[in-house]
Amino acid sequence: MNKTDVLIIGAGPTGLFCAHQLGIIGLTCEIVDNLDKAGGQCIELYPDKPIYDIPAVPECTGEELTNNLLQQIKPFNVKFHLNERVEELKKVEKRWNVKTSGGLEFDVAAIVIAGGVGSFEPRKFSVKECEKFEGSSLLYSIKDKTIFKDKTISIFGGGDSALDWAIELSNVSNVNLIHRRDGFSGAESSVQKVKQLHEQGKLNLFTKYQMESVVGDNKIDLIKIKHDEGEIKELKSDYVLGFFGLIMQLGPILNWGLNINKKTVEVNTKSFETNISGIFAIGDICSYPGKLKLILSGFHEGALAARGCFKYAKPDEKLRFEFTTTSKAAQERLGIKK
Amino acid sequence: MAKITYNTYDNKTHTIDVQNGLSVMEGAVQNDIPGIDADCGGGMACATCHVYVKEEWLGKLPAKEDGEEDMLDMAFEPKSNSRLSCQLIVSDELDGLEINIPSKQA
Repeated sequence: MNKTDVLIIGAGPTGLFCAHQLGIIGLTCEIVDNLDKAGGQCIELYPDKPIYDIPAVPECTGEELTNNLLQQIKPFNVKFHLNERVEELKKVEKRWNVKTSGGLEFDVAAIVIAGGVGSFEPRKFSVKECEKFEGSSLLYSIKDKTIFKDKTISIFGGGDSALDWAIELSNVSNVNLIHRRDGFSGAESSVQKVKQLHEQGKLNLFTKYQMESVVGDNKIDLIKIKHDEGEIKELKSDYVLGFFGLIMQLGPILNWGLNINKKTVEVNTKSFETNISGIFAIGDICSYPGKLKLILSGFHEGALAARGCFKYAKPDEKLRFEFTTTSKAAQERLGIKK
Repeated sequence: MAKITYNTYDNKTHTIDVQNGLSVMEGAVQNDIPGIDADCGGGMACATCHVYVKEEWLGKLPAKEDGEEDMLDMAFEPKSNSRLSCQLIVSDELDGLEINIPSKQA
């Protein structure tokens, strides 16, 4: 059991800055995120794209912003639990018991949902029968690449994941790479490499084809792919890999009894508390009149939510408003030595 | 102002006056037309505002920027007439535009 004052769900910029604000006012927190790294959409959707509207930062990339925020919360030694999705919240007397997908349990005074648009999940094939093979012979991520040795693998997608795996697996497997168009979104050097492997007969490349159907009983025997012009090809396949990037899903958040409207959680603008006391929502996931889905708004929301958490974490104490420039307590918490 | 017709997957037709300057995605979201999620809010970063454009309109729309086609690779059942509706900015020239919303966005 992990006991802390506040559990933050989501390690995007809003969640990270909320951790800072909690630290400044003397509360402890831990952060859970479904991705394998901190940064949320900044790191997953646009790590290299510049952002121009962070106050006092004329230009920075999603990755730089994330690294700076991590640097800023360093004094508070915030514990991260990555690759974990929060599944269940249960009120136990005045505190919350929280369970994650990986079996972690938390005992916290308050919860801040900074979940963006939900947790990132792989995008799947649209063909219905694919579900039957999911996790066995049809995969959206690779945990153990040794299972592919000497097998026939059909890989779908045109981004870096599809290209990198096609190149790597072509050494030990018979690889079919299938993509919906001639152009690829992956790195140009990988595209050239794939074309070269194709010319050398070390990899089969099918462009302007998409998945039509999967055939097999317990495991996939073959797949049918369909060309833009309608022609259908059959490809014997032991494994099918789909790399279509990630999609955001609200997931379990829908089951917690929160007031949800158009995939967002309604909050008050005084403390960003939801309809359930002790549960706060900040960043892209919250909605209120005038809501702007900007990172800077998330920072403001996190600062107020942190103060809203105080009465749950320290019911017998009064929170005094202080500036970091002059507050000894805040400076001590930041580890500043004078 | 342009009249935009959104055909949803349940075979309903919604014809809406959308102000110039808004995107076709915003026209749908602001009018509660189902089927366009627009998770990233219009940043060409998620492909959940994917629509199919009526063939006769394909050539009249602004060309795809770099990145739109890459994102369409991620869309649910992309076709040759697929576009991201966040990238279609409404103007008088788009008056009469008709789009079909796919069965799902993911």
